[in-house]
Amino acid sequence: MFNAIAEWFSGVKAEFVLNFITKNRWKMMLTGVENTLLITFVAGMMGIAIGVVVAIIRSTWDKNQEVMRPGVGKFLYRIVNGIAKVYLTVIRGTPLVLQLLIMYFIIFASSRNDMMIAILAFGINSGAYVAEIFRSGIMSISKGQFEAGRSLGFNYVQTMIYIITPQMIKNVLPTLLNEFIALLKETSVAGYVTVMDLTYAASRIRASTYSPFMPLVGSAAIYLALVMFFTWLVGLLERRLRKSER
Amino acid sequence: MNADQNNVIIKVENLQKHFNGGDLKALNGVNAEIHKGEVVVVIGPSGSGKSTFLRCLNLLEIPTGGTVTFEGVDITDKKVNINIHRQKMGMVFQQFNLFPHMTVLKNMTVAPTTLLKRSKEEAEKKAFELLKRVNLFDRATAYPHQLSGGQQQRIAIVRALCMDPEVMLFDEPTSALDPEMVGEVLDVMKSLAREGMTMVVVTHEMGFAREVADRVIFMDEGVIVEEGTPDEIFNHPQQQRTKDFLNKVL
Repeated sequence: MFNAIAEWFSGVKAEFVLNFITKNRWKMMLTGVENTLLITFVAGMMGIAIGVVVAIIRSTWDKNQEVMRPGVGKFLYRIVNGIAKVYLTVIRGTPLVLQLLIMYFIIFASSRNDMMIAILAFGINSGAYVAEIFRSGIMSISKGQFEAGRSLGFNYVQTMIYIITPQMIKNVLPTLLNEFIALLKETSVAGYVTVMDLTYAASRIRASTYSPFMPLVGSAAIYLALVMFFTWLVGLLERRLRKSER
Repeated sequence: MNADQNNVIIKVENLQKHFNGGDLKALNGVNAEIHKGEVVVVIGPSGSGKSTFLRCLNLLEIPTGGTVTFEGVDITDKKVNINIHRQKMGMVFQQFNLFPHMTVLKNMTVAPTTLLKRSKEEAEKKAFELLKRVNLFDRATAYPHQLSGGQQQRIAIVRALCMDPEVMLFDEPTSALDPEMVGEVLDVMKSLAREGMTMVVVTHEMGFAREVADRVIFMDEGVIVEEGTPDEIFNHPQQQRTKDFLNKVL
């Protein structure tokens, strides 16, 4: 009995040593974690930047379309809004992996900077989802808030900055951070364009050791730990926000 | 120019507001003058266009025709920077519309410090003076959701006053309040009127209109049906529509 358990443990230990210690394979995993986090953070920031712009374009149009005075300005705005709509539809209507491959093999076919291409693809993808989060956040602020700002003499942009955006951010922050967590997991397809993220590192190790259990379950455990950590952080933040409000 | 014309602070000429390309005529040719120091109360059935009229005065609602002249400037002109003029037209809403993410004090100082470039100390000094006036001095650090409806509306009034407006517009300021809180808001408005503030008030409070108004405007179906002193409108209405309306509400 004890022998069996001891044997099992030594087997696990051998597996662990083979997959992570031998030839310093853990370094590959570490690189993978670093790259996964790097892609997530930079693409996340990019997503927020794109998202804010697109959300403002879309919600401004939806809210003011009827009261806008006809003319060149309105015509141009209609085109810009149209472009934003096409962006949202295409990005949210096609698989992320295909977007990544199209970026890598078609749009940036001549570039060798795999990491940058991956970040760009994930950032552009995330931007579409973040835009919708921000847009619903802006639309959820009552019209009265906007009118109160304008009636005091704030112009459109000032009203957005001082009155709408702070309330909007408070409303959308939890959803936004969940999108960030989703992005963390979605970056696991970066290996398609030969970027050494955590999943790709695990599968490279598996390919060289012919032992799938340790690298795959190990990397899954690392993702889980990261996600749980960020979820905990979101919870902390949510409680903070609620405290200042009620 | 005679003295009377000099006194005109807002002049409304042939004001029109059509929705759905003219299917719905919320305002259909309204002419009115508001004089300095005057309290004008606008009454009328719901859907009569009285709120739309008020909201057109500071262009929250953009008229589809006619002009609004404020202090001699046609503010319906596209070239006019409306934001400058709105600073001098305080507005109070039915739903209070305090900024929920700011304290009472911040609600009152954000516009003067940002738009009038007043120092924080100066803006807060004025805010505290006004808070004292409406007996809410001790609530300066509270957030709007911690206040009752009546308190919120009194803050909304002094928030507008912080900008030193030339005229105050009230859009049914007591309609969203519990009955026991209506009085405290009306009291603030009355004291404001006594001090000579120019006010345009859309309201269902006939008692307030009778007591405080210099002039009452009765609107129905997008036009001014009748206007006059409270005595003329409430005791000797000339038009049948005015009589019908007053019979229902009094």
